[in-house]
Amino acid sequence: METRAWVRDGLRAVADGVIAVGLALTNFPLLVLWIVALALTPVAGIGLVALPFVTWLVRGRADLARRLAARAGVAITRPYAPRPQNALPVGWRRYRWILTDPATWRDLAWLLPGGLAGLVLGVLTLALPLYGLEGITLLPLWLSLGLDSYGYGIYWPIQTLGEGMMSLPQGVLILAAGVAVAPGLRWVDAQFTRLFLAPTKAAGLRLRVAHLTETRADTVDAQAAELRRIERDLHDGAQARLVSLGMTIGLAEELLERDPAAVRKLLAEAREASGSALVELRHLVRGIHPPVLAERGLDGAVQALALNLPLPVGVEVDVPGRPETPVESAAYFAVAEALTNVVRHSGAQTAAVSIRYADGTLAMVVLDDGRGGADPDAGTGLRGIGRRLAAFDGTMTLSSPPGGPTVVTMELPCALSSPKTSHSSVRA
Amino acid sequence: MRVVIAEDLALLREGLTRILTAFGIEVAEAVDNGPALLPALLRHRPDVAVVDVRLPPTFTDEGLQAAIAARTEVPGLPVLVLSQHVEPLYARELLTDRRGGVGYLLKDRVSDVAQFVDAVRRVAAGGTAMDPEVVSQLLARRGPLAALTPREREVLGQMAEGRSNAAIAAKLFVTEKAISKHINNIFTKLAMPPSDDDNRRVLAVLAYLNA
Repeated sequence: METRAWVRDGLRAVADGVIAVGLALTNFPLLVLWIVALALTPVAGIGLVALPFVTWLVRGRADLARRLAARAGVAITRPYAPRPQNALPVGWRRYRWILTDPATWRDLAWLLPGGLAGLVLGVLTLALPLYGLEGITLLPLWLSLGLDSYGYGIYWPIQTLGEGMMSLPQGVLILAAGVAVAPGLRWVDAQFTRLFLAPTKAAGLRLRVAHLTETRADTVDAQAAELRRIERDLHDGAQARLVSLGMTIGLAEELLERDPAAVRKLLAEAREASGSALVELRHLVRGIHPPVLAERGLDGAVQALALNLPLPVGVEVDVPGRPETPVESAAYFAVAEALTNVVRHSGAQTAAVSIRYADGTLAMVVLDDGRGGADPDAGTGLRGIGRRLAAFDGTMTLSSPPGGPTVVTMELPCALSSPKTSHSSVRA
Repeated sequence: MRVVIAEDLALLREGLTRILTAFGIEVAEAVDNGPALLPALLRHRPDVAVVDVRLPPTFTDEGLQAAIAARTEVPGLPVLVLSQHVEPLYARELLTDRRGGVGYLLKDRVSDVAQFVDAVRRVAAGGTAMDPEVVSQLLARRGPLAALTPREREVLGQMAEGRSNAAIAAKLFVTEKAISKHINNIFTKLAMPPSDDDNRRVLAVLAYLNA
């Protein structure tokens, strides 16, 4: 690790220490408030209002603790049970949801020890750097104030000028040590937080089930809608064309003896109709599963896609193998949708796609130099991308400041099969 | 003229054989999978191979790969690739060796029998036959084509498909002289070395569009 990085991390940890101490101090009043609110429950009307409100405060505090832990490198999932449908902000339903959620009680159990640990570890985080700073600034103070019986570090009390001068290097050493150990102390604090504030195994499973239920419903809906669309397209398009084709040929058969000139015209018409039916089917097939994806995998399909866009798109793919077909398809359509957005909304001059596979995750990044300000809720396909990926536990994040550049980052956890190395980088 | 066909669907294999035979072209062999193609080509040394992109056993782009491999084995072997869908990406791969004698068409085009047979003959003679759909996709891309007039773009598209001056003139109902004037203007505007050889011209245009 280079020096600058550890200094930066250390200073950030020290700053977090300050925040941790400040937050820890709020734990004790929160605990008191909660106990009072619970005690007031029998008093009609007050408890049903007070407890949800205080719980909201406590959960906010616990969320901040989780955020601090995440900054120290310990990820903690929110453990709370999903809010019941149609629960008012206050009232019986919400009251029951709060009291029956084990996470509520774990939050409470954490308030006191968590506050103490936060305080102690936070103070420890700050103490060393502060003592170091004292050493660094001590000499001029010691000289100007003529302090006696004052000591620093290994000299106690400081008796000679030489000993006083030694406080500077000692201070630097202690400051460096303090900055060096600060991230470690933050990490210990984060682990303590995780002990109480992480979901229990049961809660974790419950959250997972809730997430799966939601994504499954989305997936099933999307699939059904897709099938309906395909059915309609086939019914109104290719099928109807083939019916008329049959009619035309039947008519030609009838007229063969009587009017060969008309037959020639009818046959030309029939050929045209079969051509249109094929064009339509081709479009439909491309929408279901692009042939080039089946033939070439993600790499070739994205290259082909980039070639067909009206702006230059750089493509970089580094995926050693192929993911499962459904995942590959989801990945392809996510990239395609993102690129469609670039063409439609961004006004970009160039775009770039990069697809990499590392640590069991397929990471796809689509960026453009357009005007930015993309909003996933503005009816663009971005929301659809997120849903498509969610079915596979994938995620999509968007960064699009006004003035650009817009960066869509998509991640899909998956395994790769067939160690066929495909690595390429092409400017299309 | 002798042809080797590679197409896995029996119906289409029959259809192709029937059409070619009707026009006096001999089908030396019709294979139904990728691995059998190269041996058949080496055995018969046909004037042209007509190959489907998607063949067993992999059902990926086996046919395309076999065609490209055959051309490295037998340099300049004329190959006409047929597919249910066309991709500029594949066109680019077929054209990398810049030798001509390459065709890449949608299977739909076979239904215009006379045109299809014409394309087979053109490729066999070392010419080029690019599907209009590939060409239009290439032309649709933003780029220095903006300098061309609509008429010039039309001529460029026809030229990229592999048509001769005479054929373009007939199609657009103008004189050949007018066409060669258009073509000279196009080459000047795109800063490309002019060429009288039909095929060299097509390859230059496609290389330009593929860049």
